[in-house]
Amino acid sequence: EMLSTITRRATSVCSRATLTFNLSRSYSVKSGATYFTKDHEWIKVEANNIGTVGITDYAQNSLGDVVYVDLPKKGFQVKQKSTLAAVESVKAASDIYAPVSGEVTEVNEALTTEPALINKSSQKDGWIAKLKISEQGTKDFDNLLDQAAYDKHCKDSKH
Amino acid sequence: HVLRLKGYQIYDQLIMEEALFRGTKTNWLIMNEGTTEPTVVMGLSGKPDHLLHCDSVRHDGIKVIKRYSGGGTVVVDHDTLFVSIIGDGEFMKEYGVRLYPREIMGWTESFYKKVFSPSSSSPSSPSSSTSDDFALRENDYVFGAKKFGGNAQCITRDRWVHHTSFLFDYNPENMHNYLKLPTQAPSYRLSRPHIDFLCRLKDR
Repeated sequence: EMLSTITRRATSVCSRATLTFNLSRSYSVKSGATYFTKDHEWIKVEANNIGTVGITDYAQNSLGDVVYVDLPKKGFQVKQKSTLAAVESVKAASDIYAPVSGEVTEVNEALTTEPALINKSSQKDGWIAKLKISEQGTKDFDNLLDQAAYDKHCKDSKH
Repeated sequence: HVLRLKGYQIYDQLIMEEALFRGTKTNWLIMNEGTTEPTVVMGLSGKPDHLLHCDSVRHDGIKVIKRYSGGGTVVVDHDTLFVSIIGDGEFMKEYGVRLYPREIMGWTESFYKKVFSPSSSSPSSPSSSTSDDFALRENDYVFGAKKFGGNAQCITRDRWVHHTSFLFDYNPENMHNYLKLPTQAPSYRLSRPHIDFLCRLKDR
């Protein structure tokens, strides 16, 4: 019984260590770095497995003037590539997708009264939501692009 | 696929459209000649107290719907012609069109030009255009400076909807009674009231 208790505790500690280790170990996942999806969302990894999410300058420029943002609710669970939010621009409602799996912990309430923040400051003040990155979410980073790869993707998209 | 309807309730049409849009991978052209009763339809961000004369709407028992796409507010009835195009990204790739609002509308403008352009029997030379011609103007379908069709869109990663309510005819009293003048309006509207800003497709 003692051995099984020790084993359970060790497994639990190792799991947490693995989560942190994977998040910081992988060459493509660095705390403080920003990653991108091919659908032009970005996620900036912060401490405590929190990622701040928004759309890129490429996306806001292509969408036009944003007049409304349909924000997710706190506690909303998302999988990678599932719909996280929606923006309205030029008479169109366009879906925004979750870059990684996780749970919404905070939304940018400023977008309720000033949706144009997305156009003015898409990768800073125009952030949309913060996600608590799940265990699956840490693996989802394998599917994301770093800055150089994203820049190339945008360049290729214009041709 | 082409779906032709007549007098189908606009609420039911929107539900069906969204199901086809999100639940299928097929391209659709849906045409519906009118809805059975006057109905107000708002876009995703519509706020009734900002857009509607709510007292009149309540008093007259007018249904108010919020649709899944963007765009503005319309009053529709049995004289409205609804046309919806549901497509996928692969279809648009053939035209070099990315799934963004202005690019999709550029394609739909060219599509509708074939429908509404002057007939070949017109005495006008084919290469000349008049100020009364069909155009997409600041995201509205117009003849000259008068709007006859309001459109809206919904876009996902690989699917899009562009739907339009064409005013084959309309009741100006409904517009006046139920819709406030929008605070955000295209610049070409020049603060004109509904009756001076709109025109009827049946008069063309």
